[in-house]
Amino acid sequence: MSHHVLSLLVEDRPGLLTRVAGLFARRGFNIESLAVGTTEVEGLSRITVVVSVEGLPLEQVTKQLNKLINVIKVVELEPETTVQRDHMLIKVKTDAASRSQVLEAVTLFRARVIDVASDALIIEVTGETAKCQAFIKVLEPFGIKELVQSGVLAIGRGSKSITEKVLK
Amino acid sequence: MANEVLTGAQAIVRSLELLGVTDIFGLPGGAILPTYDPLMDSTKIRHILVRHEQGAGHAAEGYASASGKLGVCIATSGPGATNLVTAIADAHMDSVPLLAITGQVNSTAIGTDAFQEADIVGITMPITKHSFLVTKAEDIPGVLAAAVLIATTGRPGPVLVDIAKDAQNGKAEFVWPPKIDLPGYKPVTKPHGKQIQAAAQLIKEAKRPVLYVGGGIVRAGAHLELLELAKIIGAPVVTTLMARGAFPDSDPQNLGMPGMHGTVPAVTALQRSDLLITLGARFDDRVTGQVKTFAVGAKVIHVDIDPAEIGKIRFADVPIVGDAKEVIAELNAELNADLKGTKPDIAEWWKFLSDLRTRYPLGYTQPDDGKMSPQFVISRIGELSGPEAIFAAGVGQHQMWSAQFIKYERPNSWLNSGGAGTMGYAVPAAMGAKVAQPERLVWAIDGDGCFQMTNQELATCTINNIPIKVAIINNSSLGMVRQWQTLFYNSRYSNTDLNTGTDTIMVPDFVKLADAYGCLGIRVEKEEDVDAAIKLAMETNDRPVVIDFIVGRDAMVWPMVPAGLSNDAVQFARDERPVWEEGEEE
Ligand SMILES: Cc1ncc(C[n+]2csc(CCOP(=O)(O)OP(=O)(O)O)c2C)c(N)n1
Ligand SMILES: [Mg+2]
Repeated sequence: MSHHVLSLLVEDRPGLLTRVAGLFARRGFNIESLAVGTTEVEGLSRITVVVSVEGLPLEQVTKQLNKLINVIKVVELEPETTVQRDHMLIKVKTDAASRSQVLEAVTLFRARVIDVASDALIIEVTGETAKCQAFIKVLEPFGIKELVQSGVLAIGRGSKSITEKVLK
Repeated sequence: MANEVLTGAQAIVRSLELLGVTDIFGLPGGAILPTYDPLMDSTKIRHILVRHEQGAGHAAEGYASASGKLGVCIATSGPGATNLVTAIADAHMDSVPLLAITGQVNSTAIGTDAFQEADIVGITMPITKHSFLVTKAEDIPGVLAAAVLIATTGRPGPVLVDIAKDAQNGKAEFVWPPKIDLPGYKPVTKPHGKQIQAAAQLIKEAKRPVLYVGGGIVRAGAHLELLELAKIIGAPVVTTLMARGAFPDSDPQNLGMPGMHGTVPAVTALQRSDLLITLGARFDDRVTGQVKTFAVGAKVIHVDIDPAEIGKIRFADVPIVGDAKEVIAELNAELNADLKGTKPDIAEWWKFLSDLRTRYPLGYTQPDDGKMSPQFVISRIGELSGPEAIFAAGVGQHQMWSAQFIKYERPNSWLNSGGAGTMGYAVPAAMGAKVAQPERLVWAIDGDGCFQMTNQELATCTINNIPIKVAIINNSSLGMVRQWQTLFYNSRYSNTDLNTGTDTIMVPDFVKLADAYGCLGIRVEKEEDVDAAIKLAMETNDRPVVIDFIVGRDAMVWPMVPAGLSNDAVQFARDERPVWEEGEEE
């Protein structure tokens, strides 16, 4: 099983997400995470999708995506030349005794507390997938009550932009 | 000059006229009613009222497949639209350029479970090349122009345009030509020069090359380029189920159809080849059998307009993305320059194949029940009708026999449902073909099962003066399924009896049914009456003709590669495998 981060530049059209997600489902490609949002260009959105492929080559995934009329461009983002980030909000059970330990972990992982209740904290953490996973491991013993996360976001390093060529 | 203001409905009709559409198959209902009003006044578009929307879809497919033009069908929302689904799926599998227009409830009612609301865009997303939902009158010309462009260029396919009723009733300035904005759609048609050279190199080195020809050649209209290529290199040609007619059957280089019911020489040529020159074919499982044992010694040149087909099933040593017509023309130029009139020496290969062809010709045995042999009937239809006719088949044994025993000489003369295997395709497809090519003799060669799925379009044919000929190959059963039951389920015939044969209660009686539809109905039970019936059908052009050919039910389609097995296991008759010469068996 290998994981790949794909970045899709797409036209912002109704049903676009259904087309992309449906394609993954019916061709048996696995989506590990998905993040969608508008871009610096009006009418264009960007989808960052982490896929795991087994057996079949990634090429088949990108070719099928390229066949979708509203998909303008598909690129694979290699870890070496891209910046990749996960974003999570975590609600952790705390009491007077455990709070300081949790706060210590927050500092170590350069996370942030964004809400405080007498028996819980909400913590925000951003970073590469591995770091976020490690942070969760540390928090687990205290009791994670709720966890929400964005899909992986990724962008190529340097000054080049994937929208550039398309707009010409 | 100010642009004319039209209703959305008028804009639909005007756009279609300007896009060159001359024939539409459809059936109205509430959500598409606004469009049917101006359609009535169009002098450029003939609308043919079908009896079931599936028939409209297949008719549009037959129209497209017979002529190479776009086929158009139209239906109302909800059930009208869902009735088109089977035909849309069929067109998707066989890359048929099809435009399906559906009415939708008012845009303000979408999402409320309104009367006859169905999310047809959502339902057909996996089976269309693309789809549009139109909610504003001003978007209509642009969307229809884009839809036609997408359906007819690149790898052709079905495009659905779902138009809300309020968009049809709304008004907007009619701007033509509209701006087509498809930044994500750029089909590659011109091949890469380096790949052409690489392909030519492999061809020159090959000792056992085969031209593996698929339906893409028919869709691309690349048959003349193919003929030239075949003559330059002298290699054997196999034409898949979708490509029958892409290369003349009368040409000695044509080994016939490969695959599950392919000829022994065609199946074996692929299996033993050292170079598959794959042209607009997609390594379908019905051709390859078990993929891992398919043509293991062959390198592959794969030419396709759809990059996703290349490498999907089989690795391509030389992948070439492009329009088959352009690719083959360039390949021919390259080979002509390289070979300077000489030919690669493949005499050994031909010796092997010619021997197979002599030893394992297509054939059949007489049924034991004293009834006519279906292969004989189908052969006679082909022989008496000649290569200028069009033959549309249903799905089943009769389809395979029609692919095997009719000799095709030109592309677009053989229409069938290859990828989807849709029973019910034949009658409406033949109707569509006859509308597209009224001068041609058009046969539907149908099964007694298939015929019962869409025969109501005979009413459409009679009323609209579309005199098709229907040959029902009546074996009183779902024959192909029965064949599998004979071979793989110990002859336990679970639910395959249709009771349409002469020794049954004959429900329905196809001759009476034909009569009820205003067609000429003929029953033929003896081989000596076959020719006269076919000739009478060919002479009768004031109404459709239905011939009920009563054939033996135990006839089977041979050769056969049992599903999932290697092509090496091809049997030319039950339990009979070709005998390989000493040393041939690996
Ligand atoms: C819509 C549909 N339903 C079921 C099948 C499965 N099927 C394939 S061939 C066949 C039998 C067709 O019977 P008939 O039309 O009489 O043709 P025959 O094989 O007897 O020539 C069936 C049921 C199918 N292909 N399509
Ligand atoms: Mg039958």
